[in-house]
Amino acid sequence: MNQALKGLRSLFTKDNTIRVPRDTHLSDRLFKYALRFNAWLILAMLLAMFLFLLELSWPTLREFGFSFFVKNTWNPPLDEYGALAFIYGTLGTSFIALLLSVPFSLGVALFLTELAPKSIAKIVGFFVEMLAAIPSVIYGLWGIFILAPIMQNTVQPTLIGLLGPETLSGKIIGSLLTALFYPVAFVYSLVAENAPSIDAMFDHFKNTFGGPAFGVGMLSAGIILSIMITPTITSITREVFLTIPKGNREAALGLGATRWEAIRISVLKASRPGVIGAVILGLGRALGETMAVTMVIGNRNEIDSSILAPAQSMASVIANEYPEAFDLQLSSLAAVGLALFIISLLINTAARLIVWSMDRK
Amino acid sequence: MNLKAETGRDIRRKIYNKLALGMISVLGALAIMPMILIFVYILIEGIPALSLDFFLENPKPLGESGGGMANAIVGTVILVALSCLIGLPVGLGAGIFMAEYSYTKTSKLLRFTSDILTSVPSIIVGLFAYAVVVKPLKAYSAWAGGFALAVIMIPILARTTEEILKLIPHHIREAGLALGIPRWRVTMRIVFAGSFAGILTGIILSVARIAGETAPLLFTAFGNNFGFRGLGQPTASLPVQIYNYALSPYKEWHDQAWAASFILLVMVFIVNLLTRVVFKDQRGES
Repeated sequence: MNQALKGLRSLFTKDNTIRVPRDTHLSDRLFKYALRFNAWLILAMLLAMFLFLLELSWPTLREFGFSFFVKNTWNPPLDEYGALAFIYGTLGTSFIALLLSVPFSLGVALFLTELAPKSIAKIVGFFVEMLAAIPSVIYGLWGIFILAPIMQNTVQPTLIGLLGPETLSGKIIGSLLTALFYPVAFVYSLVAENAPSIDAMFDHFKNTFGGPAFGVGMLSAGIILSIMITPTITSITREVFLTIPKGNREAALGLGATRWEAIRISVLKASRPGVIGAVILGLGRALGETMAVTMVIGNRNEIDSSILAPAQSMASVIANEYPEAFDLQLSSLAAVGLALFIISLLINTAARLIVWSMDRK
Repeated sequence: MNLKAETGRDIRRKIYNKLALGMISVLGALAIMPMILIFVYILIEGIPALSLDFFLENPKPLGESGGGMANAIVGTVILVALSCLIGLPVGLGAGIFMAEYSYTKTSKLLRFTSDILTSVPSIIVGLFAYAVVVKPLKAYSAWAGGFALAVIMIPILARTTEEILKLIPHHIREAGLALGIPRWRVTMRIVFAGSFAGILTGIILSVARIAGETAPLLFTAFGNNFGFRGLGQPTASLPVQIYNYALSPYKEWHDQAWAASFILLVMVFIVNLLTRVVFKDQRGES
């Protein structure tokens, strides 16, 4: 009797679903192998991507080595290449995008989960999610013809007037940023000779909002990106907020907290890892975004002290120059792509691990 | 002792509360703005630029007025068809594997890899397709573009297929197995066939996504101005043509870019609305 029970029990897994022992029919085994082949194909694809990119960029890596990624020069006629300006452009635009999008996205996610009635949350949620479905070339088109003129005629002149290098606030920004980055320059001066002086740094940083107003440029690209990553951050933080049991909020309210305090204590604090994961995922999207950035960043392969000025990102330089490039320029662009690939792998892995660990709780 | 007396601290808390809630509501109201701003401009600029010629004519040589984007529309259809040819079997197969053999190590690894692959920047996929197809063949071609789009499509499709198959309750599979039906027939004829509407929606959704991709096509399918000339030849596509026209100095091409954007946007909208309806049905049934 006991034996029989044991035998019956062994047919089920712990969560009481039936255990499928070995596939008994030959056809079942073939079916499984065929499906598994597809699965391995996807795994192989990721690996192949890395290897092919490495192969494409090999000439550049052999010629310049790691210095390729810290050199600020891009000169096809002389065959001298360095990616620093593009790395700067990518980091700059993504940073601006996060700065604008994170508070907005968090606010919207809170609104959707905590405040809005269901019917309104549905509509607003739909509007935000649809932003993710718009092809990026349409953002680019909109950026060139609608956003850029507004930036050129209104936003940028205002910014230059308020925060430009001639104004007091511009000088304050310059001093603050100089103070912030001086330690970096100091460490750099220990290992290299051409480290910038304090005066040079101040002159550079006080021009953060320097003119002229081009319309296209790093700030415009950052603004477009901020719109594009908003749905990513909003939808993930929203999911995270929803995982927090209603009782937690009620407990806080019951202890006499105001609604905002209840949100802060029981929702925001508890979901911090998830929110960080969402922000990193947004960053991942911003770093790799190509078309919209290419169309509004202005495409200048230099580092400018002003964030209003045209720049170039890693993705946009590939989009711009790859079709006409050959030899060393081609492989240099591929090397930029390889770097972008590795960065996006690292960032997305990190973000997913964080969000997943949140799910398990 | 008067318990109701409000200290300054209480008043401050109340004010903070009002301010914070007010701010959240304002942000919530602002959330619909970007979508409206983009949509309205596409409507205003795109609709007047639409004409029959837009759909039926190839681009005219510079200096001649008129012409349309027939080449790009045909090209996009061909590229999407090619990528479905490559991507559907792999994506669906991997999705079925993840759903039906979800307990295997391969499945877990695959789920992670698919998510990572989905977030690889599309321009990188373009470089990959360039290395795999364009470089050996020494020519831009529809094949290369289709391959690039397939690489983007596969992980998306695999994940949606998995999600959809998992909506089928476990006892239905068990019922099939209990009748002595081989597992592969249970999977294909009961699980897969039973969620066909959902699978189809997933396919349409991934098609909508790749139809709007530009970056991976720039140096794979490239583009042309004279219509389809064969799978081994450069092939035009709507997104790439929007990009090229938007950066051109001609007003007429700008108008056509708006019109093409309008068409893309409408397609994306319809597909997404459709998906919502179908998915709601699926979830409601189970």
